[in-house]
Amino acid sequence: MAEAHPVGFQWVVEAKNRGAKVIHVDPRFTRTSALAHTYVPVRAGADIAFLGGIVNYILSNEKDFREYVLAYTNASSIVSDDFQDTEDLDGLFSGFNDETKAYDESSWMYAGHEEHGRGHGDSHTDRETASAQQHESHGAPLPADVRRDPTLQDPRCVYQILKRHYRRYTPEVVEQLCGVPADKFLEVCEAWTANSGRERTTALVYSVGWTQHSVGVQYIRTGAIIQLLLGNMGRPGGGVLALRGHASIQGSTDIPTLFNLLPGYLPMPHHEKHETFDQWIDDIRHPGQKGFWANAEAYAVSLLKAYFGEGATAENHWGYDWLPRLTGDHGTYRQALDMIDGKIKGYFLLGQNPAVGSAHGRAQRLGMANLDWLVVRDLYMIESATFWKNGPEVATGEITPETCRTEVFLFPAASHAEKEGTFTQTQRLLQWREKAVEPPGDARSDLWFFYHLGKRIRARLASSILKRDQPIKNLTWEYGGYEPSGEAVLQEINGFDLTTGKPLSSFNEMKADGTTSGGCWIYTGVFADGVNQAARRKPGNEQNWVAPEWGWAWPANRRTLYNRASADPDGNPWSERKAYVWWDAGKGEWTGADVPDFEKKKPPSYRPPEGASGVDAISGDDAFIMQGDGKGWLFVPSGLIDGPMPTHYEPAESIVRNPLYGQQANPTRKVYDRTDNLTNPSPPQKHSEVFPYVFSTSRLTEHHTAGGMSRQLAYLSELQPEMFVEVSPALAAERGLEHLGWAHIVTARAAIEAKVLVTERLTPLRLEGRIIHQIWLPYHWGSEGLVTGDSANDLIGITLDPNVLIQESKVGTCDIQPGRRPTGKPLLAYVAEYQRRAGLLPGKDADGQQ
Amino acid sequence: MGSNSLYGPLDPAPDAGYPDAPPRMGFFTDTSVCIGCKACEVACKEWNAIPEDGFNLLGQSYDNTGGLTANSWRHVAFIEQPGSSAAGSSAAQTAMVASTTQPQTGTAPGIPPAIDALAAAGTAGPQFLGMPQSDLPGRTADAPRTDFRWLMMSNVCKHCTHAGCLDVCPTGALFRSEFGTVVVQEDICNGCGYCIPACPYGVIDRREEDGRAWKCTLCYDRIGDGLTPACAQACPTQSIQYGELDELRTRAAARVESLQAQGESSARLYGHSEDDGVGGDGAFFLLLDEPEVYGLPPDPVVTTKDLPDMWKRAGLAALVMAASVAVSFLGRRP
Repeated sequence: MAEAHPVGFQWVVEAKNRGAKVIHVDPRFTRTSALAHTYVPVRAGADIAFLGGIVNYILSNEKDFREYVLAYTNASSIVSDDFQDTEDLDGLFSGFNDETKAYDESSWMYAGHEEHGRGHGDSHTDRETASAQQHESHGAPLPADVRRDPTLQDPRCVYQILKRHYRRYTPEVVEQLCGVPADKFLEVCEAWTANSGRERTTALVYSVGWTQHSVGVQYIRTGAIIQLLLGNMGRPGGGVLALRGHASIQGSTDIPTLFNLLPGYLPMPHHEKHETFDQWIDDIRHPGQKGFWANAEAYAVSLLKAYFGEGATAENHWGYDWLPRLTGDHGTYRQALDMIDGKIKGYFLLGQNPAVGSAHGRAQRLGMANLDWLVVRDLYMIESATFWKNGPEVATGEITPETCRTEVFLFPAASHAEKEGTFTQTQRLLQWREKAVEPPGDARSDLWFFYHLGKRIRARLASSILKRDQPIKNLTWEYGGYEPSGEAVLQEINGFDLTTGKPLSSFNEMKADGTTSGGCWIYTGVFADGVNQAARRKPGNEQNWVAPEWGWAWPANRRTLYNRASADPDGNPWSERKAYVWWDAGKGEWTGADVPDFEKKKPPSYRPPEGASGVDAISGDDAFIMQGDGKGWLFVPSGLIDGPMPTHYEPAESIVRNPLYGQQANPTRKVYDRTDNLTNPSPPQKHSEVFPYVFSTSRLTEHHTAGGMSRQLAYLSELQPEMFVEVSPALAAERGLEHLGWAHIVTARAAIEAKVLVTERLTPLRLEGRIIHQIWLPYHWGSEGLVTGDSANDLIGITLDPNVLIQESKVGTCDIQPGRRPTGKPLLAYVAEYQRRAGLLPGKDADGQQ
Repeated sequence: MGSNSLYGPLDPAPDAGYPDAPPRMGFFTDTSVCIGCKACEVACKEWNAIPEDGFNLLGQSYDNTGGLTANSWRHVAFIEQPGSSAAGSSAAQTAMVASTTQPQTGTAPGIPPAIDALAAAGTAGPQFLGMPQSDLPGRTADAPRTDFRWLMMSNVCKHCTHAGCLDVCPTGALFRSEFGTVVVQEDICNGCGYCIPACPYGVIDRREEDGRAWKCTLCYDRIGDGLTPACAQACPTQSIQYGELDELRTRAAARVESLQAQGESSARLYGHSEDDGVGGDGAFFLLLDEPEVYGLPPDPVVTTKDLPDMWKRAGLAALVMAASVAVSFLGRRP
């Protein structure tokens, strides 16, 4: 966190100065470790074993916050008799289909509701379209009536299933799997549990070191299970906080730059599943389900009214047929491979530099070299605009500048200080920022660019009667004059009552009859009363400690989600110290420091009448109101591709055999099995010894991601001027690497070179009686800028998490050798020789036999 | 000129002739919360328009600046201290032997590089790797550590109470400001370079391109307008604190006490005492180890300390010489 989020880290320092204990778990000793009380080195890719060990510690020592767990989680829910665990099936859950590599999830369902489980065909489709991302704002659909055992004794209840599932994750197993000494591990367990309960809460902060794995979603799930068991969700000082890789990454999923989502986590229509508007709506709201998604039609119609204005009518289903349809996987990595295959002709890159910043840089560059046109909007001439003349493939002869077919258009872009708009951070807080300076020269904001591009395209299509042009022709497209107004866009996002023309103040005002509009239902209220609420800057000392008048948080300016859980089932604070939101019996309403995440007037004693659905079906103690059963999920009966509970799988590339299960890696991981995307062999496959070391990549404080904003600046470049690789003294001795000398690192994809930094910040781990060496690389360098170097992302292959299609870029296997890599064509031969030795070349084994 | 004008406790601004001087301002750099982000280095360069210092990978942990120079007025030092169990492992030794790199400073040819104490500490042995080895000061047998430590410290001009650089400057380019800080005026400096050996910390340095002397001004062009110096403004963790020196000293004493109460027994202040060899620093530090570990001189003394004595002796010698000349003339009879 200190490395990649130094400004946010000030609050950790502040907490530390006030007596908080800071624990840092990381494969290498970083600037964060330097400030932590306890640093715990861990093997990259073994976090579920580590966290699962903590779950086991909590359950076997009964350290859970039992009242909270009983009231607010699904611990007491009874799961189907058909469910079988990875402990029974050697690493697979029940329902696995070997052909589609997907699960029939009916046996994961609550008992009596098996027919609601997702079949393996659906599960496969959902993997292709990363549909789990919809669950950012709500749980998967679920029937309301669930059988429970409040004594937690039923062997089929979630609590007992969880306990059995993690029973083998003992401190000894954690030590063996993660390389963490048992005493250090127990120190973490004790600190976490001691700082949780009625009087205290613990926050969990993670970043892409957790997400970028083939089991990334399950990493975070394990953290969430711990936080639920300890009662740290929905309470002040608790939570699971994701530090994003850039400003407003949260905003770019809320108003998505993703292929599979529409604003507010509405699913992008699928060509088979959502042929009609009604099918689409019913797939979101699930008739009969309880909770706020029952109003999904109002959110969807309002979105279509925001898109198409007058053109959206009840007769044409609000223009539903003008929305594009998903036909399968159109994720960013699929696109790169489709470019190589000639299936994609044109591409827009906006502040993104995949030639350096995306996994498998060579595939990215070869793909972009096979387009008709490429538009790059960036601050500088980045590698993704010059790969055709300066990229590594020019040296190897794979790209010839004279014949490269891609026409590249570079448009100078305005930086964040040169345009107005909002950032949405990890707490879902929108903060408006003003333009500080005019952009230089021809540089323009992305808003300006797309506004005028849209205007020009619409002018060209003005007389078109083609059906495919109707969506563009019917778009509402008025955001000001020559210089479009960011506030006008934010107003459209907020939405209007179309009968009065007034801005909506809450998504509860949205209607399904076409009389309201709103570009992103969860953002409704950001322009309440016609005021830009995100621009509020009331100092903290002039308002209460939650500071509700600083910026604006979705939904409804609520700073902590599910904060009903900060009160006990009867509505009283768990403790004075942690009082946050509670039931005021005198006034008959919920009150407190934050906006209550509950119907204001619904008492804790409310129980839904028989047959209730929608919001009425939410009980007075259903704190997790966006979940189908109102409970926090320790066990996920539906919605995840790879299992209802996190299980330790080895990374797709590992040097060790999975010690817990026959199943080596995540069986449902998304793979692209192609000769240009080879995967290093892992045990029990042969030849894993060709790539005997573990490597991980991340950032340096001194640079920003792919370097477009830092390697062009002398003051930053001089602070970290060269690509380097960090190795432990022991590995340096083993491989003959010299401090500040050259080394090159090899995988089945590429060989790159770097200067060597020998440092004891990297520690070899002892595992299964052998020494595991981990190597670390920053990924900031490329071929353009004041300081240049090879790109670490060239080493990484494309293997994705099945739920959200994020790449496994935080762990892989490699070889490292002293000296520089070969250049030109010999480089290809050098990598091919590794591929041959690893048995990866088609039709040949490692000995070269046919 | 007061009796302590060249040595000992003193409030420098009134002594320099400011009758209604504002309170003395300074930096308290608390290295226990430094995260090594180098925002101070960048903010300093941005505000003061300092040239870049070369793209050189130094291999001294994450320090690629090397030291305080004419082109780097803040410098973040990184010190990797192996735990005692790891120290002296054969593998570590093997790797350490590999390094012979030394940082280049911005000093002009013909003038010895500024005595950057940090670099000096680092290159004391031929095997320096940016990670001090087990034999460095501060790791005594009676206080062994088992944990690896990574110390970070943002170094800066000390704005001494008795500033040797200022005392020797023949042009008046270096002057004492009303805030008690020491500032170089680039339009007056003639590049004579006397100030460079006069600094007991090796801070002030000449720029190769123009030959003039440059160093931290404590953002004289900001603090006069009530602004915080750029480095302190940019520091995310309040490792660099700017304020009235008296108040900073009180704050620092409390901080040391609280750290020691938390078990950080090695926490100590450096440059805070009026009784040290430079009359106390306007920019002082909280360290977690001996000053030498950070490349700071353990007992700096202003180089002009003995100037009164020297002048007295020189004066006496001159008198004697004049007298003998007079005597030799008087002794003649035309």
